[in-house]
Amino acid sequence: MPEAKYLLVGSSHAALEALRAIRRLDPDGSMAMVTRDGALPYSPTVLPYVMSGRSRPDAVILRDRAFFDEVGCRFVSGVAATGLDTAARSVRLADGTQWRYGRLLVATGAAPAIPPIPGLDTVAFHVLRTLDDAVGLRARMGLARRAVVLGAGLVGLHAAETLAEAGLSVSVIEMRGQVLPGYIDAKASARIEAAFAGHGVKLLLGRTATRVAAQDVGIAVTTDDGRTVEGDLLLVATGVRPVTDWLAGSGVQVERGVLVDGFLRTSAADVWAAGDVAQGLDFASGTRQVLGIIPTAVEQGRIAGFDMAGDAGQKPWVGGLPVNTYRFFGRPAVSVGQAAAGGDGFEVVEQDLPHLYRRIVLAGDRLVGIASVDDPFDAGIMGELIRRRVDLAAVKDAFLADPTAIGRRLMSEQWR
Amino acid sequence: MSIAYDTIAFRSAKCDGCGECMKACAAVKQGTSRISIVPGARDGAFEMALCRQCGDPKCVMVCPAGALSKNAGNGIVDWAADRCVDCLLCTSGCAYGAISADPIGGRVIKCDQCGGDPACVGACPTDALEWGSAGSIYNRFGDKEDMFVPGLAGCQGCNSELIMRHVMRRIGRNSVLATPPGCIPGMGSVGYNGKTGTKVPVFHPLLTNTASMLAGVRRYYDKIGRKDIVVMALAGDGGTVDCGFHAVSGAAERGEKILYICVDNEGYMNTGMQRSGATPYGSWTSTTPVGDKLKGKTQDAKNMPMIMVAHRAAYVATASTAYMEELYDKLDRAIEASFHGFSYLHIYSPCPTGWRVPANKVIEACRLSVESNFVTLWEYTPEAGLRFTRSPDRPVPVVDYARTIGKYRHLDADQLAHIQAKVDEQVALLKRLAGEVSAVSAARAAAPEDSSTSAGAVPPPLRHETFRP
Repeated sequence: MPEAKYLLVGSSHAALEALRAIRRLDPDGSMAMVTRDGALPYSPTVLPYVMSGRSRPDAVILRDRAFFDEVGCRFVSGVAATGLDTAARSVRLADGTQWRYGRLLVATGAAPAIPPIPGLDTVAFHVLRTLDDAVGLRARMGLARRAVVLGAGLVGLHAAETLAEAGLSVSVIEMRGQVLPGYIDAKASARIEAAFAGHGVKLLLGRTATRVAAQDVGIAVTTDDGRTVEGDLLLVATGVRPVTDWLAGSGVQVERGVLVDGFLRTSAADVWAAGDVAQGLDFASGTRQVLGIIPTAVEQGRIAGFDMAGDAGQKPWVGGLPVNTYRFFGRPAVSVGQAAAGGDGFEVVEQDLPHLYRRIVLAGDRLVGIASVDDPFDAGIMGELIRRRVDLAAVKDAFLADPTAIGRRLMSEQWR
Repeated sequence: MSIAYDTIAFRSAKCDGCGECMKACAAVKQGTSRISIVPGARDGAFEMALCRQCGDPKCVMVCPAGALSKNAGNGIVDWAADRCVDCLLCTSGCAYGAISADPIGGRVIKCDQCGGDPACVGACPTDALEWGSAGSIYNRFGDKEDMFVPGLAGCQGCNSELIMRHVMRRIGRNSVLATPPGCIPGMGSVGYNGKTGTKVPVFHPLLTNTASMLAGVRRYYDKIGRKDIVVMALAGDGGTVDCGFHAVSGAAERGEKILYICVDNEGYMNTGMQRSGATPYGSWTSTTPVGDKLKGKTQDAKNMPMIMVAHRAAYVATASTAYMEELYDKLDRAIEASFHGFSYLHIYSPCPTGWRVPANKVIEACRLSVESNFVTLWEYTPEAGLRFTRSPDRPVPVVDYARTIGKYRHLDADQLAHIQAKVDEQVALLKRLAGEVSAVSAARAAAPEDSSTSAGAVPPPLRHETFRP
């Protein structure tokens, strides 16, 4: 039975960062990384660029074989974990192998959430979560003329843009009344919507797909207002859900994701979880949420890794902050924190100019969220201002006028 | 041995916001500047955003495309334009505002240190930006043999031990070392129980005769044809400016080919912190106490390196451990000069015990002493004259330095004013020497071989007899 002091299940940002953290404290402890994906580590975030052809599939690899040899970590790919026995400290893989572990990191990420739309299970559709998905979509879109995308989140919009740029006629169906719901407010959304409309993409917002049916050629999607949208290619991008099925019966507590504490420990001894699979502290609400973004995955992976290696100086995590950067048709949209918040207790200052849109959300003279379109800012600095709850009372007007200059100034002062 | 990297340092107190760095960067990069200077909290204060080339770069870890990487060779966080997908996620990983979207073109931009010769540093007229090559020094000397035993009994935070170890690491085994009474032999470099604490031949002369004995050692090596030995002293200020003064002066006057390094901690620290001729005005020492009447030393320190200039020694320089690049450069030149004539290196060395400075603030004290002009860094050769190696312009008030030193804690406004005036006077005199000595050298170079008068157009030489070539 193979065994490792540190067993990392998953191979993207959280697991890679945990590996790095562990190796900083424990250069020699035996380690293995096991992943269901057949490829070397890559980021799901880069896949729209593989689909568009901007990135070659072999050029998005984050670590090569030599890296794993160098750091002394066995890399086992193409085998999914299928079961966890915390009493025996072992993980069962799809090929029947049992891996014994000393400390286990659950970093199995997320998989596309397929909505229960009648008929969807009877047609061929695409998702975009793995490198194979991206390569498959790229090949398929060359043969199609019309595409239907379910979902106007980051993946759906990004794919819709790629499809439109490739000359397809594209329709996007989104249940909510705006694009990127949760990330940005309606005004920012309106600018993005206008850009898509300008590039010929039909956005059906506030509409639910009620039925999907196969046709002689392609598929037809019926919406709740009775319309029918036809396509040769269907992409389902209605969000993701944490991959936790293999933990069933293990005793590891799972809600929407694997519940973790401030040190990314799960309810089971010697089992940690990080990344898109974890349900950990959310900075703003103080509750535990699944925060499926890279910066959070990296932070969680680092804390989990240090804790797994027995770092005595650990401090509990302050919680994750939504950070999203998005480019549509070459134009940047960035949001950090509670950028779409409003109402009681929030002070919202908007700049709605023809060439840019910026929305700053304050609470008690402290920054809690910021978003912009066509006006990229230092997202890392804004995140720090939010996390450190820096009092902006003395510089508020100047900050509202020029958040970049004042943000750089404040951080430069803090670092000295 | 791990690798250390060079870096760009920013001293906000020296920045006047002129923007030359940004212009230089924009010109070199043919686009938006990678360095950003922004107004600070107070009027006339400025802050900076620039890539720190982090050792643990978060921008790299959040990049989904593998477009950013830490270059193990030069420490730069490299950006691969062809792999970057312009997603801007890296900007969320940087708390310095140092990788950001270029307003022109929209791709991310960051500093690459111009391959080790950053344009911004070269363009900074106030030295607010500095190229710190301490990393290169570490890479160059870190693997070299330490010439002292590990367990020297210096006080915690001892700057003299730092100086000894650095100097001897550079000079190596081909040397003969004299350490007259003081902290340097006192902490164990001469050794105990018949064993030396040093890996090179070391001896312990009297306080009074260090330079004389070295002169004899050099002459012996000359006689047997060994021209490659560095014959040197690591001496304190007491053994140099007071008790050993006549020997140093005589050796310098005779042009003895020795390297004399004075480690100046401004007093007899080894024997209980008595005042020396190098102790500055106002200092508390055990023999210049602070009480109802006496408020520390009542005389100014003598400036030994300037006295050595007056001897027209082959090489004279001052150095500080806050500026190791300079210290090593000067050490190189001082070693070279010691094969031709008297070579004198004066290294200032704050003493945490005797000066009442916390052990972790010693280097900061070194830095502030230079930034306030309390200590000036310069070098001199008879050929090139005197030149500042760090500009004495735009100093911080000397009170900023004095405030960090416990032995000055009692100083009143009048005493501080006295010290400031003395500092200003010394700098004015050095500036005069720096200007006029070089002018004299130029005149001498222009004059015919056998002429004893200078050419008509140049300024007259200094009236000081000792500076006339």
